Amino acid sequence: MVKTPIYFDHAATTPLDKKVLDKMMPYLTDNFGNANSQHVFGRNAVKGVDDARDTIAGFINCKPSELYFTSGGTEADNWALRGVAHAYKNKGKHLIISPIEHAAMIVTAKALVKEGFSVDFMKVDKDGFIDLEHLKSIIRDDTIFVGCMLANNEVGTIEPIKEMAKIAHEKGAIAFTDAVQAAGVLDIDVKDLGVDLMSMSSHKIYGPKGVGALYIRNGLKVESIITGGHQERTKRGGTTNVAGVVGFAEAFRLAMADREKNFEYVTSLRDRFIDRILQEVPYVKLNGPYKTNRLPANADFSFEYIEGESILFSLDLAGIAVSSGSACSSGSLEPSHVLLSLGLPEELAHGSIRFSFGKHNTVEEVDYAVEEIKSAVKRLREMSPLFNAKGEIKNV
Amino acid sequence: MYNEKVMEVFRNPKNVGEIENPDGVGRVGNASCGDIMEIQLKIENDIIVDAKFRTFGCAAAIATSSTATEMVKGMTVEDALKLTNKKVVETLGGLPAQKLHCSVLAEEAIKKAIEDYLSKKK
Repeated sequence: MVKTPIYFDHAATTPLDKKVLDKMMPYLTDNFGNANSQHVFGRNAVKGVDDARDTIAGFINCKPSELYFTSGGTEADNWALRGVAHAYKNKGKHLIISPIEHAAMIVTAKALVKEGFSVDFMKVDKDGFIDLEHLKSIIRDDTIFVGCMLANNEVGTIEPIKEMAKIAHEKGAIAFTDAVQAAGVLDIDVKDLGVDLMSMSSHKIYGPKGVGALYIRNGLKVESIITGGHQERTKRGGTTNVAGVVGFAEAFRLAMADREKNFEYVTSLRDRFIDRILQEVPYVKLNGPYKTNRLPANADFSFEYIEGESILFSLDLAGIAVSSGSACSSGSLEPSHVLLSLGLPEELAHGSIRFSFGKHNTVEEVDYAVEEIKSAVKRLREMSPLFNAKGEIKNV
Repeated sequence: MYNEKVMEVFRNPKNVGEIENPDGVGRVGNASCGDIMEIQLKIENDIIVDAKFRTFGCAAAIATSSTATEMVKGMTVEDALKLTNKKVVETLGGLPAQKLHCSVLAEEAIKKAIEDYLSKKK
């Protein structure tokens, strides 16, 4: 019998690794100094921050001076988009992002429209891949920013960011990628990708919450959004979250040390899960690409004739924690903007569930979940007016 | 977000299914909004003797369907027409604000089923 609750929501957040906590503890206790202080306490704190910056910069192949710590992925996304828009508005006021970005980008872009910027969205195909030909057709001389996630948080699509960046640069625009789901999972080299800006987060890779980073290529102008003291080379005010930054770097180090092993293992769980669901549950659709160019942790399904939140709570009652991409869980009544952008009809977008696996999950947990999903889906379909008792579809 | 009562009703909803030759049927909502509720009533001498539902929707939609059908059983059609979403929510011990529309659907589905009955009766 498997132990419940089972956690299949690693794209939302991950548990803090004990080894990471051990690295953080001294900076929460003895080395409590403010990294901006001149004395020995401050110098000890600075040492921790500098080492952390060196570690992460090394893994993504940038200079430590190109890495800025933030309060997380959302701030890094906000900073990249708003900071570039404000710094380059005299050059142009046209921004391009994908329609399947995180709300941190979409909502910020909408706010910039109110300030007089114009935003266009590059098309994505049915699996969520950005359409590079479409990008070429909408990019203009006054385009200053082109951005897309490196890997999508909802459907797991790994995007052709290198090609996107090339197209952006040919027109003199700045290329951004949101690597919140990808950092520590994929091998990322910002020079090879060719991006000018990249956002990252700690808590998706068994690090602490409340810390992230933005890579800003040297020479790029990015206006600050958090103004204050001299922290982060005067670009981002606010007392440095020393323990958080140290934890982020240790989490990154551990993720990279076991990256290939974890990638392979988590992929094997995902593939077993995807294949069993597709074979054993009728009227189901896998959202995002089938296996290739998909995040190892991600499986996203739409279950026809039933609604996502009722599946989420049925699984919750069975001791399985997942996310619903649909309306109700997020408090909004709108179905997932990501799934609608992929061309799903609204009713299918409402019936989606995201499963995201982690290194601590087991095959037994996957198999248990498949059985519970089968019975939950069956029960809800029996309740659904779109599905009759015999399991035949009503013509609606 | 949901209280224990709502989760319990969601876990063990009452009156799921269809009635053979129902006297009134009310179907509200649509799939694109993420909620469809269908309530069927068996009515004898203007008294609701049985009520069943089928719902496509969230946990709150299923819980309100179950509760509303439970509440109208035994009621006269006149009393059932006075059933408000507020009473359904009260019986469930409250719903999150963004879920109140589910209770409105339940009220509307009951009303529509009764109207269906009354129109056939004429």
